[in-house]
Amino acid sequence: MSKQINVALVGNPNTGKTSVFNNLTGLNQKVGNYPGITVEKKEAIVKLSRNLKAHILDLPGTYSLNATSMDENVVVELLLNKNDKDYPDVVVVVSDIENLKRNLLLFTQIKDLGLPTILAINMADRMDRKGIELDIELLEKRLNTNVNLISAKKNKGFEGLKQSIIDYNKISLKPCLDASAIDKDYFDSLKKAYPNQDLYKLWLVITQDVNFGKTNRKRIPSESGFKPKSDSEIKRLQQKETIKRYQFINNTLKETLTKDLALAKGLRATIDRLLIHKVWGYVIFLAILFLIFQAIYDWSTYPMDFIDESFLFLSEFVKQSLPAGMLTNLISEGIIPGIGGIVIFVPQIAFLFLFISILEETGYMSRVVFLMDRIMRKFGMSGKSVVPLVSGTACAIPAVMAARNIESWKERLVTILVVPFTTCSARLPVYLIIISLVIPDERWLGIFNYQAVTLMLLYLLGFVTAVASGWLASKMLKIDFKSYFVVEMPNYKLPIFKNVALTVVEKTKSFVFGAGKIILAISIILWVLASYGPTDKFENAEEIVSSTIDHSEMTAEELETEISSYKLKNSYIGYAGRAIEPAVTPLGYDWKIGIAIISSFAAREVFVGTLATIYSVGSEDEQTIKSRMAAETNPVLGGPLFTFASGISLLLFYAFAMQCMSTLAIVKRETGTWKWPMIQLFGMSGFAYVVALIAFQILK
Amino acid sequence: MTVANLKKGQKAIIGEMTSQDIPLKLLEMGCLPGNHVELIQIAPFRDPLYLNINDTYLSIRKETAKLINVELIEDE
Repeated sequence: MSKQINVALVGNPNTGKTSVFNNLTGLNQKVGNYPGITVEKKEAIVKLSRNLKAHILDLPGTYSLNATSMDENVVVELLLNKNDKDYPDVVVVVSDIENLKRNLLLFTQIKDLGLPTILAINMADRMDRKGIELDIELLEKRLNTNVNLISAKKNKGFEGLKQSIIDYNKISLKPCLDASAIDKDYFDSLKKAYPNQDLYKLWLVITQDVNFGKTNRKRIPSESGFKPKSDSEIKRLQQKETIKRYQFINNTLKETLTKDLALAKGLRATIDRLLIHKVWGYVIFLAILFLIFQAIYDWSTYPMDFIDESFLFLSEFVKQSLPAGMLTNLISEGIIPGIGGIVIFVPQIAFLFLFISILEETGYMSRVVFLMDRIMRKFGMSGKSVVPLVSGTACAIPAVMAARNIESWKERLVTILVVPFTTCSARLPVYLIIISLVIPDERWLGIFNYQAVTLMLLYLLGFVTAVASGWLASKMLKIDFKSYFVVEMPNYKLPIFKNVALTVVEKTKSFVFGAGKIILAISIILWVLASYGPTDKFENAEEIVSSTIDHSEMTAEELETEISSYKLKNSYIGYAGRAIEPAVTPLGYDWKIGIAIISSFAAREVFVGTLATIYSVGSEDEQTIKSRMAAETNPVLGGPLFTFASGISLLLFYAFAMQCMSTLAIVKRETGTWKWPMIQLFGMSGFAYVVALIAFQILK
Repeated sequence: MTVANLKKGQKAIIGEMTSQDIPLKLLEMGCLPGNHVELIQIAPFRDPLYLNINDTYLSIRKETAKLINVELIEDE
């Protein structure tokens, strides 16, 4: 019989905890969310020995059990809730050899919960280079546990760590700090009120804002003989606890750890001198941003073209090889173009996540936060807002979640509100196709490609609007807040290839499947709406067209096109589109674009897919989406539909409008109310409409 | 004297914590009475500050730095 135990991986941010998790589990990990919240949950089941399996859970990084964010709350809640199905049998605290002192704070807190707690010291490969020596045996004795030196980078020490996990029930449960030493009277009375409870656990329940069924924070004071403390008194006690813990840690490390300080500093200082230089720091940051955009725009066009062509081929192939009929049409005109519309993003999304994860892994992101804080504060945000704003160029959803790290509520809210203005990759296909239609593919002064410059300007526009509306929002929001800002400046590290690769694969996968579901559903609905009509005008299209217009001069093909477009006009979608046509005509669009705009409120990238579906229903021969769009004519003004004026109007509309249901949903979850997403939806979209209207009327 | 008065490269010892507004997170990072603090670098617009506190490298804003009392260590 094989037994399964729960192992929880806990540790400070920047300790390489995720690499440790990757090394322990390999590729069989499962990534999901904690129920009800959008904190990422990573878990895996690993065979440790012949009859022992471990369910390993990678908990969010935290500096202590005094949670200040949703992510950190997950850790505290799990460690205090014995009834949780993931409640650990053993905890592995991952720390980093260079920050052992600070990492041990979390270790002592967890150990004092009475859980078997193993200490895994990562980055042991750096010890020699940094002149660090550690007396493991003595440290084990002082901490009453197993201590394992490991290196996730060199994949060393993991056999020992696994053995420690196997032997988890031999670990002493002796606490590091006697809780009542924090305040004897208070803890004595606490003990009297709850004689059967663990004191340190009670203390955490009191201090942490989490719900634990029976021992709820609000209930504790009502018990007899127990005098609750005020918030400021509790904070004082928390400070005292921290001081006591550090005393214990300092004494322990004094005996066990020696460090050659001169060696420890060198590299960091040299790189810092360049990366946070008052001039070069910004130049380098801009250069890196440029490189990222170059990758998205330029390098990814090759795989994207390939994907586009492949789906076109596939669609034709299905049409040719399956028997003609409803189902075949649904697959070749609805589903395949719909899926193609999402798969085409994969190269760009992958590039973005690749760069962002490298920037995070190397420790560079913290330097950017440091450089940008003073500037961002002018616009009501924090230096930490740079991370959401940069990752917003991939997708607003992870960006809104990345704003969690911002300590002050006001700065965080402003960041969440303005992030959707940054040019996310879902806008990119819309931009790319419209730019290629209305902006000439020529060079200015023989160097700057007009199309590339336009795209760059659109990115800039998104960023400037985000920042400007941040300033506006911070002036308008009346929120009293204490600004505080604590950022760790981690050591520089070379990124570990495996970590970066796993992040890229995971994020891309979840983006494709998340957005893919919506896009696929919408493509099918659109196809149905375009393939059926409410009146018999649709059914009898062939006769009506042949009898009403003079087709003696037409080729059979031209007649066929005429019939298809008549059908489309009289389909359900045609009726809906013509209903909204008056609203979009002043912007220079026809009803087909109107439909595409409406459906892209589900997700922007649906725009191209929608047009693809509408046009492929409306035409018989094989063409790329672009050539179909170029052939469209404006029903009111005549001439091509996509002109410079209507193109610019569309680009501006997409730059400003809030068209993403998933982002709205995530903003609701992160802010706890529908108020903010609704402000975004109506404020941004209304602004977009006005700007697009003005642009078209001036340019036409 | 507070951390905000330090010049680049100066080291000091953290004194008693008198302000309630110092975030707990900062204390957990090792900003505690008796520990060493060194000003590594000041950001281009004179804020925030890049510090080494108790062997941890971190950055905080000037307004927080003003709350932390220190005693300067004279150059040896």
